[in-house]
Amino acid sequence: MSRGPTPSQTVGPYFAIGLPWEEGPVAVPEGVRVEGHVLDGAGDPIPDALVEAWSHEPAAFARCPTDDDGRWFVAVPPVPFLSVHVFARGLLRHLTTRIYLKPAADDPVLASVPADRRATLLAERSDDGFRFDIRIQGPGETVFFDV
Amino acid sequence: MHDPPLDHPPYRATALRHPKEPLVYLPREVAESTGPQLGELRPGPLDHDLTRQHPGEPIGERITVSGRLLDVDGRPIRDSLVEIWQCNAAGRYRHRWDTWPAPLDPNFSGAGRCETDSDGRYGFVTIKPGPYPWGNHPNAWRPAHIHFSLLGRSFEQRLVTQMYFPGDPLFPYDPIFTSVRDERARERMISRFSIDSSQENWALAYEFDIVLGGRDGTPIEEAH
Repeated sequence: MSRGPTPSQTVGPYFAIGLPWEEGPVAVPEGVRVEGHVLDGAGDPIPDALVEAWSHEPAAFARCPTDDDGRWFVAVPPVPFLSVHVFARGLLRHLTTRIYLKPAADDPVLASVPADRRATLLAERSDDGFRFDIRIQGPGETVFFDV
Repeated sequence: MHDPPLDHPPYRATALRHPKEPLVYLPREVAESTGPQLGELRPGPLDHDLTRQHPGEPIGERITVSGRLLDVDGRPIRDSLVEIWQCNAAGRYRHRWDTWPAPLDPNFSGAGRCETDSDGRYGFVTIKPGPYPWGNHPNAWRPAHIHFSLLGRSFEQRLVTQMYFPGDPLFPYDPIFTSVRDERARERMISRFSIDSSQENWALAYEFDIVLGGRDGTPIEEAH
């Protein structure tokens, strides 16, 4: 029997009472640190967003709410890229993107992204890991995927 | 389209929080499939009962909320994490940003977790949440709802939604509920009252099946 899917609804502003847990951002304690902001169309930080990063080989899952300055971080295995979901108040359904740490030269997904927007998916090296800002709207808008 | 649009002016917060560029199609061949290992997320034995997290019992209408987690073919999604959060019976969340003048309940935190069984079944015991004002427009009130988070079998099945209660008079005034334009899809967000599952001298029962779309990584023969 075929059934229609349950529709998505926003996480709202109060998901922090249920979804985060203390070790949530740290999938691998000695892993690679990836951090950044979630920013809105005015360039302002979003303090009520949730970032989830998945890696598949090896399997790992990290979840981090943004803080009052819109900052998040995860500690993950050293993989070529992370698959990412972004949730927030004001997002009626979550957004899906990828954070490339060390992309393979022939990565098919990166190749399918318009060349002038590809850079929005590449994390920047920092002193202690990587930086990646998620821009939901406006100049430098992150590429989001239809999965 | 069963999902709401990202740009939905009646819900004001969408204005600066929706991408203006088109989404880029992620071909199925490169889509991921593995679900997360529960590990630390694995629920404890009392995590499904929101009425037993404090020394006393919370005020309000005790209810059970249960149902099955399914894929679009009706197959159960087993051993999968279900997380919920909600306000208390007075419509107040235990969150530092929620400051409207309704009382907090010292015996209610408003968060619960459980894992689906081999039949995809889950169940919670909780208190019926109240409606609350949210300032989106004049006299804006959210219909009573419980937030649900589902991990499913794969990255593509991830879903966060809200469960509503049957017959709520606030439905037509709520731009979050009505952001789902398809009437039948809207119905799928509304739980069903069940007298048969209600327990005498204990709790009324609401049933809510959740169907995850998205690709689950299971090879399916494509119809070409």
